[in-house]
Amino acid sequence: MNNIFVYCEITEEGYVADVSLELLTKGRSLADELNVKLEAVVIGANLKGIEKEIFPYGVDFIHIADDKKLFPYTTGPHAKLLIKLFKEQKPEIVLFGASSIGRDIGPRIASALKCGLTADCTSLIIGNHEDKKQKKVYKNLLYQIRPAFGGNIIATIINPETRPQIATVREGVMKKEIKSADYKGEIFPIDLNNVFDELDFAVQIIDRHIEKQKVNIKNSQIIVSGGYGVGSKENFQLLTDLADLLGGEVGASRAAVDAGFVPHERQIGQTGVTVRPKLYIACGISGAVQHSAGMDESSKIISINTDPQAPINQIADYTITGSVEEVIPKMIKYYKENSK
Amino acid sequence: MSFKIIVLAKQVPDTRNVGKDAMKADGTVNRAALPAIYNPEDLNALEFALRVKDKMKDAEVIVLTMGPFRAAEIIRESMYRGADRGFLITDRKFAGSDTLATSYAISLAVKKLAPFDLLVAGRQAIDGDTAQVGPQTAEKLGIPQVTYAEELVDITSKDITIKRRLERGVETVKAAFPLAVTVHGSAADCRPRKAKRLMKYKHAKTVTELQNETKDYTHLYNERPYLNIEEWTVDDINADVEALGLSGSPTKVKAIQNVVFQSKDSKVLGTSDEEINDLMKELLDSHIIG
Repeated sequence: MNNIFVYCEITEEGYVADVSLELLTKGRSLADELNVKLEAVVIGANLKGIEKEIFPYGVDFIHIADDKKLFPYTTGPHAKLLIKLFKEQKPEIVLFGASSIGRDIGPRIASALKCGLTADCTSLIIGNHEDKKQKKVYKNLLYQIRPAFGGNIIATIINPETRPQIATVREGVMKKEIKSADYKGEIFPIDLNNVFDELDFAVQIIDRHIEKQKVNIKNSQIIVSGGYGVGSKENFQLLTDLADLLGGEVGASRAAVDAGFVPHERQIGQTGVTVRPKLYIACGISGAVQHSAGMDESSKIISINTDPQAPINQIADYTITGSVEEVIPKMIKYYKENSK
Repeated sequence: MSFKIIVLAKQVPDTRNVGKDAMKADGTVNRAALPAIYNPEDLNALEFALRVKDKMKDAEVIVLTMGPFRAAEIIRESMYRGADRGFLITDRKFAGSDTLATSYAISLAVKKLAPFDLLVAGRQAIDGDTAQVGPQTAEKLGIPQVTYAEELVDITSKDITIKRRLERGVETVKAAFPLAVTVHGSAADCRPRKAKRLMKYKHAKTVTELQNETKDYTHLYNERPYLNIEEWTVDDINADVEALGLSGSPTKVKAIQNVVFQSKDSKVLGTSDEEINDLMKELLDSHIIG
């Protein structure tokens, strides 16, 4: 069996993006299970020393293309290099972040290689498949598990015949874990001579305003999250007060974001970020699957809702039947009086 | 020479308003229980195309959709809002196509309409949320792409300038034609229907729809050729049947699971001071908050 490849995105600040490190971690465990090597691909500019960030995740080979024309990311040259590399290396599995980069380039690669791509996977596991009609058994396929149909169903997708099996995964869905600080691998520079033509650089970047990540709900251990049921921007201030007090962040459901209570960067769920804090306080959130898909792995969930039948109560450890205006001030008061 | 814009639009079940009867007992989706709507980001794409048309002399907006016969509704809706013509790709042989097979079929239909200048599509459709068909089609056509478009900044006869919406900011890019653009939901909303256009295009029909009419309107369609919505089958786009439907789709659905929450043991509390205080004490004692 051939190896597993992870495309590593480079951030504005010149580091490997978190989502890519998370995929390297996942890639390593899949590679161990399949008994194959893990390879990383890095395309960008000024990449000297980048391998030091990558090898510790258990990477055996890194393919590096380092040229000033290759950063910031544009589709043409990155797609050209990946298609060429994958045609030569014939990976078993390729993983991309489900970011504006991964979701831009992934489909082009899959289209060029005529193979399957599954977007926004929430789980990747190895398993077998028996095709009863063809009387054929496929061993060690990648099960690509994702919500579909607006989050109302969970589908397991497989690619029995085509390789590579390509998947994209959102930031925060997989865990990031260093395998070993002194893990050693090999570096292979990608040959850039006579690879590109004019069309690859057809799209020119003329201006960029990329902000540093300000809101960091993904890594927050405590999240106080609000839904449409919070009712107003003013009531959301209560959530902010509680979050500040507990050292957490404010999150929101899509309905609260759509209503203009909170900016989109705080949206949790299928179309926002996925979080797994140790405490998730859901205020006035009914708990549509699209939302709960992004938080149901939280260690403790408290639901504050006037509706005792709210679906989120089924995954909550504590359900408080009441309004945000009544409950949160009481929580704040007790905490102020009793925390050390 | 006229400037040709092709818009890819899809009719989708409204997955945002899923009611209790949306899922059948066996865990499959009950499509009949969901209203069919114009995919929201495809409306943003149509508006993007119409804005290009507003700025270019002698531009034409053609809507291309793939789906069952009733997807012709999407083309009429586009016409009411400003599109000039539309084509419906429809054939049972397309059933079961994944994004790769779909992009193959669409790329062949686009080639039939070539030469064109812009191919515009919504970023993604709400029934799959894959965001794949746009870029996959662009790759098959061998043209560059600009995804996540939010705003048409400028257009000349030579090139187009587009602002893109990324996770953490914006990026402005410039590209020549032909070009594929996928439009983000944060882009301008689509303009509403115009009463005049509604009157003009309400009788726009496909051949299949005309066959179901009780009266013979042949003369009307001869006089006003713009009312004909062409239907294209597998043969019309010269597609290889093996590259379509299930046989042309590398991805297979192994299992579908209806989402049912696993119920945990959950404590139900009221809002009395005592109950809230007990909860907070428990959280403090277990060092969940500190």
